[in-house]
Amino acid sequence: MPSPRSGARFLGVLGILLIIASILFMTYGVKGSWDFVLQLRGKKLLMLLTVAYAVGVSTLLFQTLTHNPILTPGLLGYDSLYLLLQTLTLFIFGAVGYASIGAFTKFTIEAPLMMAASLLLFRTLTRNSNGDLARLILTGTIFGVMFRSFNSLLQRLIDPTLFTVAQTSYFAQFTSVNVSMLMIGITVMLISTIWIWRMRYQLDVMMLGRNASIALGINYPRLSRNILLWIALLVSVSTALVGPVSFFGLLICALVNACTPSMTHRLRIPAAFLMAALILVCGQLIFEHVLGMQGVLSVVIEFCGGLVFLWLALKRQS
Amino acid sequence: MFRSSQINAINILLLPLLLIISISIGAAAFHWSDVFSNSDTRSLLIYSRLPRSLAIILTGATLAVAGMVLQIVLRNRFLEPNMVGATQSAALGILLVSIWFPQATQLAKMSCASIVALLGMTLFLFLFRRLPPHRQMMIPLIGIIYGSIIEALVNFIGVETNTLQLLAVWFAGDFSAVLAGRYELLWLTGLMALVIYFLADRLTIAGLGQNISTSLGINYAQMMWISLITVAMITAIVVVTVGQIPFIGLVVPNIVSRLAGDRLRQNLPSVALMGANALLVCDIIGRIIDPPYEIPVSLIFGIVGTMIFLYLLFRKPTVHAT
Repeated sequence: MPSPRSGARFLGVLGILLIIASILFMTYGVKGSWDFVLQLRGKKLLMLLTVAYAVGVSTLLFQTLTHNPILTPGLLGYDSLYLLLQTLTLFIFGAVGYASIGAFTKFTIEAPLMMAASLLLFRTLTRNSNGDLARLILTGTIFGVMFRSFNSLLQRLIDPTLFTVAQTSYFAQFTSVNVSMLMIGITVMLISTIWIWRMRYQLDVMMLGRNASIALGINYPRLSRNILLWIALLVSVSTALVGPVSFFGLLICALVNACTPSMTHRLRIPAAFLMAALILVCGQLIFEHVLGMQGVLSVVIEFCGGLVFLWLALKRQS
Repeated sequence: MFRSSQINAINILLLPLLLIISISIGAAAFHWSDVFSNSDTRSLLIYSRLPRSLAIILTGATLAVAGMVLQIVLRNRFLEPNMVGATQSAALGILLVSIWFPQATQLAKMSCASIVALLGMTLFLFLFRRLPPHRQMMIPLIGIIYGSIIEALVNFIGVETNTLQLLAVWFAGDFSAVLAGRYELLWLTGLMALVIYFLADRLTIAGLGQNISTSLGINYAQMMWISLITVAMITAIVVVTVGQIPFIGLVVPNIVSRLAGDRLRQNLPSVALMGANALLVCDIIGRIIDPPYEIPVSLIFGIVGTMIFLYLLFRKPTVHAT
């Protein structure tokens, strides 16, 4: 049983590693104008941290909600749902109208849609799976494929010449930064931190299961609905910033669980954020600045995350 | 319960009708009355429209058959070449051969793709063996993730070698590039389907497991390998010539077995015909939805197929006589 002190030490180590990685990320191989490079990389670093928070924390909350360590919102089609809603608003407003409204307005249209749709999706998934985990994930995965197909159908119907441009949103991209979206993402991150931090003990209780939490005085339906809404919002942020990442959250939570199995949310939440940030910053540092490869980080993460999923799933079976 | 012969009768009636519609529509004007008088119309028919429709029929029929074989020998209703890593491994195979030997012929590429597809499926079988057979839903799930891992590997190589454009062709199947001279390999898949037809009864017995098939005098390992090799070849040829078309192999055999029960040999013609018809319908939809542009058939089938799949996942379990 790890003591709170060892948990705090673990967080401290992660934090120090993240700071070192961030400094290296900002300064490694800088030639020429420091002002320009620092500004460019600073934006990118902020984006990586925001995405790390959104993906890490949303997956952690999702696993708490579903009492299951092999689930992630991405695996159940949440981020393809967001992309579909994005294209749907684009379809309704038309390409010109969509381009003229700002990122903030877009997000205020898309995020509530996403929240409503994800409540519906989650209800469909859990109601029909009857406690069969494999069926739940399979259904979610198939929903994801369906959302993606609808999404690309709509994209083609909008404007065939812009189709290839639109298609780039299929792959997660950690290389380009949308500044106004980043501001929104940081705002969501800060507000959600306050809520999640206030709920940290209730989340611990929730881990005990539905009946135990209700017996201990938790308003279970309300808490799970709120968790789901925050997950939807965080998935929207990460998908809007970098695109869909199905296995990244899973990888992070598996690592956090492996490092310190019995931590409370007070420690798990910061640990998930720090772990995700460390992987993203180090990965981006190595791939972009050391190896000179652009945009393969997401593919490598998907690859590793997929392997982790297989390992977890097969381990549970035997 | 329908009889296979009834399903066949309906499908045989539908097929020529769909074939005529499929040949008639498209960007260039085509009138049946001009076929004998106008040489342009005739060459349009011979070099473009007819090859395309034939390619659709062959692909639909053989992918459905491949899916059915996998479902029977691996005893899981929710499997198809896409969900055992065959499609993705085939793409990996062509990608590697295109990078190392860009001058290779279509046939050489196809052979390489088949071999890699076979390797990919064999690796999946190792994972498969570790899962208890009663976990019906776990197996396709593992398969999907397994496929996406191979796809991530292929994408990684694609990004690094600037061949993403080629990958887009293999991962999104459509028939817009099919012309005479570029689809003929697909006839080989038809040959594979015939092989399966002649071995159907033995494959069904192999599907009952190693012990039962051995005691009934069937060489289990041999049957297993034959079915894997035929599935690998069908998948690889389809990926090389038209790209990936998901869900046909899953949805069509399921519908047929719901209507007519599980009898591989009797159902094979129905499965093949229904696969061909389903793909023809989806291709026609893809061409008329937004002319003169066309929506890839894989996209249309992605939408239709996922909906049918979700329905199959949640319907009340029916009792099958196996």
